[in-house]
Amino acid sequence: MKNKSLSFWLFLTPTLVALALVVFIPVLEGLFYSFTDWDGLRFTKVVGFQNYITLFQDKAFINAFWFTVGFVIVTVIMLNVIGLGLALLVTQKFKGNNFLRTIFFMPNMIGGLILGFIWQFIFTQGFQALGNALHMDWLQNWLTNEVTGFWGLVIVTVWQMSGYIMIIYIAYLQNIPNEIIEAAKIDGASAWQRFTKITFPMIAPAFTVCMFLTLSNGFKIYDQNLSLTNGGPYNSTQMLAMDIVNTAYNSGNFALSEAKAIIFFIIVAAISLLQVAYNRKREEDL
Amino acid sequence: MDKKGRVGLGIIGLLLGILWLFPFYLIVTNSFKTPKGIFASVLSFPHPSTGDNYVNSFKALNFIGSLTNSLIITVCSVLLIILCSSMAAYALQRNHSKLSGGILMLFISAMLIPFQSVMIPLTANFGAVHFLNMWGLVIMYLGFDASLSVFLYQGTLASIPIAMDESAEIEGASRWQIFTKVIFPMLSPITVTVAILNIIAIWNDYLLPSLVLPQAQYTIPLQMFNFFGEYTKQWHLALAGITLSIIPVIIFYLFAQKWIIKGVTDGAVK
Repeated sequence: MKNKSLSFWLFLTPTLVALALVVFIPVLEGLFYSFTDWDGLRFTKVVGFQNYITLFQDKAFINAFWFTVGFVIVTVIMLNVIGLGLALLVTQKFKGNNFLRTIFFMPNMIGGLILGFIWQFIFTQGFQALGNALHMDWLQNWLTNEVTGFWGLVIVTVWQMSGYIMIIYIAYLQNIPNEIIEAAKIDGASAWQRFTKITFPMIAPAFTVCMFLTLSNGFKIYDQNLSLTNGGPYNSTQMLAMDIVNTAYNSGNFALSEAKAIIFFIIVAAISLLQVAYNRKREEDL
Repeated sequence: MDKKGRVGLGIIGLLLGILWLFPFYLIVTNSFKTPKGIFASVLSFPHPSTGDNYVNSFKALNFIGSLTNSLIITVCSVLLIILCSSMAAYALQRNHSKLSGGILMLFISAMLIPFQSVMIPLTANFGAVHFLNMWGLVIMYLGFDASLSVFLYQGTLASIPIAMDESAEIEGASRWQIFTKVIFPMLSPITVTVAILNIIAIWNDYLLPSLVLPQAQYTIPLQMFNFFGEYTKQWHLALAGITLSIIPVIIFYLFAQKWIIKGVTDGAVK
């Protein structure tokens, strides 16, 4: 297919046009509007970095930032530990291991919004009932403060996504040649030694992929946040994605929301790329 | 592994499986209870049980209507994504030039841009040309999901020898015929992956449709959100609604499980 040939462009045009309309033109517009006093319809003047200065003084944004960072750290660790644990479990030979894969992955099929509603019921009604039955006060009034709201979001995310992470670890675990494990067994390596010295180094690329997915997904979570706590009480469980949406559509502050979204983009892109670069280097060292 | 170890693992697996399924148990059992029944005991089996919640939430959710909207939007979007992104990937992969390399980088870089950075100008632009409806939404899904799809197709195309194209060309096939008759059929495994990943994402999407769709075109997640706002704390109705809304998904999952697992693996690993 020649470079400038008609067919090259005919094949490419629909996708390129859609991408331009949906991603590139809006992102450039948004970047421009973030330097103005845009109200969603029109702007009167260019205000320079004013919106960027305002957002760093915005308590809701700063709170959402630290809440999200905490959430990402905890979920990245838990998802990778549990995801790998489940993968190691279901790749062993025992009855029902395939059925278990089906179950562990199932929550992933359900959208984040509905997952949040499901767990709102469990945290408010189910935990209440359990707390009464077992006389455990800490199970009462779940989701009514920042701490339990935080752990509620973590539990929903772990229940949803660890099956997904499990699937990816399984794919890499199955690529490890059986002979290596057998040879190590004959040499008398314990199960723990086989795991740390063989399995773990050999699935280093899986670790890179899963870190990237859990990290970028964690920053972008919105639906679960909306339906589980709706950011409450008093915005204390509001994550970054939700703060940006609310700044625009609830407060009508479109230019500020756009500036926040640009900062959000820079944070997510920088952390994701740094993480991949670091893990690739680690893979080579192993 | 010895027999004892296998039994031990089986027991651990069983316990974890029960833990994973427990939320479903709570949702389904309570959806058959009366409000009093839920208040009396969340953990017990429904006694007495009632199907009224389903009748009422079925109507309140406009279930047939929202299911139809979800189906139309998902099917149209996924077909368009498959067609356009496989064509784009074919053009890019079969043409080694700086230009096509640059365009591919453009596609990949689009994956990094979070939705929040584009949502306001996007909806303003589509609104200005009166395209805030399900057809506008289908075009948006093409734009948002093309990157990953092109990327996946491009990787697979690299493994299909160009001799396939050339021999068809010698026999007088046009470029379009080569693509549709020779190349696209060879891409079917990755097409399944692209379809699965997009079906799951589009079916479950909430934020974008909530900004785009008029009420008459609401999908299941949007109806669900409205329904919850209206029936706050009426858990007997809400739970029946939740159960209704996840039934199509669970049926699809059990039916297409093999391809779903493969699709997720390919999508992440490639």
